[in-house]
Amino acid sequence: MTSIPRTAVIVGGNRIPFGKAGGAYAAASNQDMLTAALDGLVARFGLSGQRLGEVAAGAVLKHSRDFNLTREAVLGSALDPHTPAYDLQQACGTGLETVIQVSNKITLGQIDSGVAGGVDSASDAPIAVSEGLRKALIKAGAARTTAQRLKALGAIRPGDLTPETPRNAEARTGLSMGEHQARTAKEWGITREAQDELAAASHHRLAAAWDAGFFDDLATPFLRLTRDQGLRPDTSVEKLAKLSPVFGKGEGATLTAGNSTPLSDGAALVLLAEQEWARARNLPVLARIVDAEVAAVDYVGGGEGLLMAPAYAVPRLLARQGLSLQDFDLYEIHEAFASTVLATLAAWESPEFTRDRLGLEAPLGAVDRARLNVHGSSLAAGHPFAATGGRIVAGLAKMLSEKGPGSRGLVSICAAGGQGVVAILEAV
Amino acid sequence: MADFYSTLTRSPLGKTVTGSLGLPQPASLRRGRTLPERPVALGAIGAAGLAAQTLALLGVDAVDALLDTPETRTTDDEGKARPPAYEQRLGGLVLDATAARTIADLETVRALLRPALRSMGSSGRVVVLGVQPEAVDGVEATAVAQALEGIVRSVGKEMRSGGTANLVQVAGTSAQELASTLLFLLEGRSAYVSGQPVRIGTVGQVPAPEARPFEGQIVVVTGAARGIGAGIARVFARDGATVVAVDVPAAGQPLAAVANEMGGTALQLDITAPDAGRRIAAHVAGRYGDGSRIHAVVHNAGITRDKLLVNTDEERWQSVLEVNLAAQLRINDVLLDPELPGGLSDGGRIVGVASTSGIAGNRGQSNYAASKAGVIGAVHALAPLVAHRGITVNAVAPGFIETEMTGKVPFATREFARRFNSVQQGGRPVDVAEAIAWFADPASAAVTGQVLRVCGQSQIGA
Ligand SMILES: NC(=O)c1ccc[n+]([C@@H]2O[C@H](COP(=O)([O-])OP(=O)(O)OC[C@H]3O[C@@H](n4cnc5c(N)ncnc54)[C@H](O)[C@@H]3O)[C@@H](O)[C@H]2O)c1
Repeated sequence: MTSIPRTAVIVGGNRIPFGKAGGAYAAASNQDMLTAALDGLVARFGLSGQRLGEVAAGAVLKHSRDFNLTREAVLGSALDPHTPAYDLQQACGTGLETVIQVSNKITLGQIDSGVAGGVDSASDAPIAVSEGLRKALIKAGAARTTAQRLKALGAIRPGDLTPETPRNAEARTGLSMGEHQARTAKEWGITREAQDELAAASHHRLAAAWDAGFFDDLATPFLRLTRDQGLRPDTSVEKLAKLSPVFGKGEGATLTAGNSTPLSDGAALVLLAEQEWARARNLPVLARIVDAEVAAVDYVGGGEGLLMAPAYAVPRLLARQGLSLQDFDLYEIHEAFASTVLATLAAWESPEFTRDRLGLEAPLGAVDRARLNVHGSSLAAGHPFAATGGRIVAGLAKMLSEKGPGSRGLVSICAAGGQGVVAILEAV
Repeated sequence: MADFYSTLTRSPLGKTVTGSLGLPQPASLRRGRTLPERPVALGAIGAAGLAAQTLALLGVDAVDALLDTPETRTTDDEGKARPPAYEQRLGGLVLDATAARTIADLETVRALLRPALRSMGSSGRVVVLGVQPEAVDGVEATAVAQALEGIVRSVGKEMRSGGTANLVQVAGTSAQELASTLLFLLEGRSAYVSGQPVRIGTVGQVPAPEARPFEGQIVVVTGAARGIGAGIARVFARDGATVVAVDVPAAGQPLAAVANEMGGTALQLDITAPDAGRRIAAHVAGRYGDGSRIHAVVHNAGITRDKLLVNTDEERWQSVLEVNLAAQLRINDVLLDPELPGGLSDGGRIVGVASTSGIAGNRGQSNYAASKAGVIGAVHALAPLVAHRGITVNAVAPGFIETEMTGKVPFATREFARRFNSVQQGGRPVDVAEAIAWFADPASAAVTGQVLRVCGQSQIGA
């Protein structure tokens, strides 16, 4: 074993423009989209026929037949079929978690290069049969005689025939993510105006980035979709203010379809490599992965908001790195809901939260909003769950590299199940 | 891909039908890096040895050409005089007329052509070597040099079964300098080139032609996502090049497929962007190392916005001139900077894609014809300026090539364009690509400032 320190860096990324659920990618499967994103990445960096260390990706809404989704995508891509692959899943944190995983393997010397990311389709979501039907079918399948089989099938009740679609709901509370977030927004007093302002800015910034060609080397069109389908360049705070709340009840309800992320389809990937390995192959070296942290909160009985885990993960990460919240040039906070971003920022500024929940003496303080989600985020781009991490990491790495060596960026992604995945990138 | 008509006429039933209607029978053309299977005959005027030396360099064993004179004729059963006949069908005739200076010499040209044409097999080749008219002294000698062009253009129209006839005009050219061109014209690579003059000068030492001349070289192709551009990328990759495939971001999906098939890289770039040249160079330097330079850039991206001039507004005018002409001039300026990492190397190649519309004009295409004629003008202007760096500048002028662009042409016009040429069919992207690769070949160093029509000697745009 050599003891030369190894550095995992981001070489670049590729995603397909994100589609609206039931939109441009309605007929595409997760595997189709992941393969397309992979082929675009391979073409950008001239990796056709090459064997990479591994490809790690995942999907949140996944058919059981897709148990080897990522490996199948590799086999269908232009990569050398000897490239290993596996699926990983951590709800909306999937994309960033795969980046951390691949980066760690690179740092440990287990691999020199790898692709990380994810894909999701809200259009081609798996549909499960009801519990009654499932039990009856299993029993019928195990039956030895026709009579037994008929008896088993006879147990099926009309109600059993209603399929179960995957719900965007927490298993333990039965509440949708929106309902959970509505509670958090209320608790933190996040106003409707502030949410709509953040949403409008997200659309305007993302549209400007597309116009400026920022995505020319970050995205490859798929099925004739050349820009994110949910992007509304001409939206405004006034237009958003007209929408009725969809989550929460009565007077204080502030979450609308405009300030919540829409269901989307898409895939995003990041190419990672050991720094020297990349340089030897004339591959770009955009940014290194400095460190990462995952936190989980008890949203069931512990009184914390479902999507508040990043508020805990970031201070732990900062403490380990000896950094303050203000030591960053850019911040990327995933916009699950506009109010998620705003509640997280509010928590870091709150003396009570930092004292009572984090056990810290002083609040983390404010984030310079001019440095936050500068090219827009999920509200405008859409949020195919497992693809969001790859989208954010690739874009941030490019921005940091443009700012110059030493520029630092913070990524924060909240996930279902009360988890939060965060990481620090630094341009090299 | 064979079109319906070609497939139909090659089937036995179709042959009878189209034959009795008097419609032409398109031949299946010999393509690729293949020499004629049948023998190539060699004839010369006087003591000229250039063709013989070049064929020897290329390792082509030629048979002696027969001469049609009253003495060599035989009389057949019906008492008719017959020119001398070859023992078997020919693959081609190379006729060295570089020593032709008098009108009487042209009789020898006729006498060599007549028996050869009568014995020519399918996809046969006639290659006539002459001198450049400006390179000889005297009115008669100049007229004779020019007369060869008239002969070749007519013979091209008389050739059948996918045969072609072309003229190479030399001026102080050595066998080494001629080799890549003679090989190109004899091989299947020139399937859709007929009735054309090609000029070759002299530059000194040139490398010998090779089967994979672009091994280890970087070639940039614009508009590579589909059509002719994808064909160009394929031919360069076949011949060893590392291809940088450029197309607009919106064409990213097919572009990625082309790049991945080729083992090259995709660069999503609108060539009309003000910094397009810099971004191409940055991509080359970034992906292939600071010291790497481009061997050839092929300006293939192009658009049409057809309308009669009376209906053409500034937007239609501007967009076509921007994409088809202005963008490549700007890109050349940037890539020709010898200091720029990832720029064009000395000994490099610039190849433009003009059009027969740019030569002859076309109703409804004044903007397009302006841009394509402009490409021709730019070739003539730039070639001498960069010759001292060993860089050549040339262009192809395709005729009717089967692509998505021509798929938009109305059916009747399309059928007409397909048939109304000497090989009686539309060309394929590979045909244009082969001509471009011949220009880009390191062995074609003595070929510069040329515009080669790849049109099957189309009567349209003639
Ligand atoms: N097809 C023919 O018969 C024919 C005949 C004569 C000349 N040509 C010329 O050959 C070239 C290729 O023609 P084709 O038939 O393959 O056309 P095509 O339309 O099939 O392909 C042209 C390609 O160029 C790309 N392109 C257009 N504008 C671009 C820009 N601004 N930046 C980057 N890429 C751009 C397009 O996206 C497309 O992929 C063109 O220059 C055309 O004028 C074609």
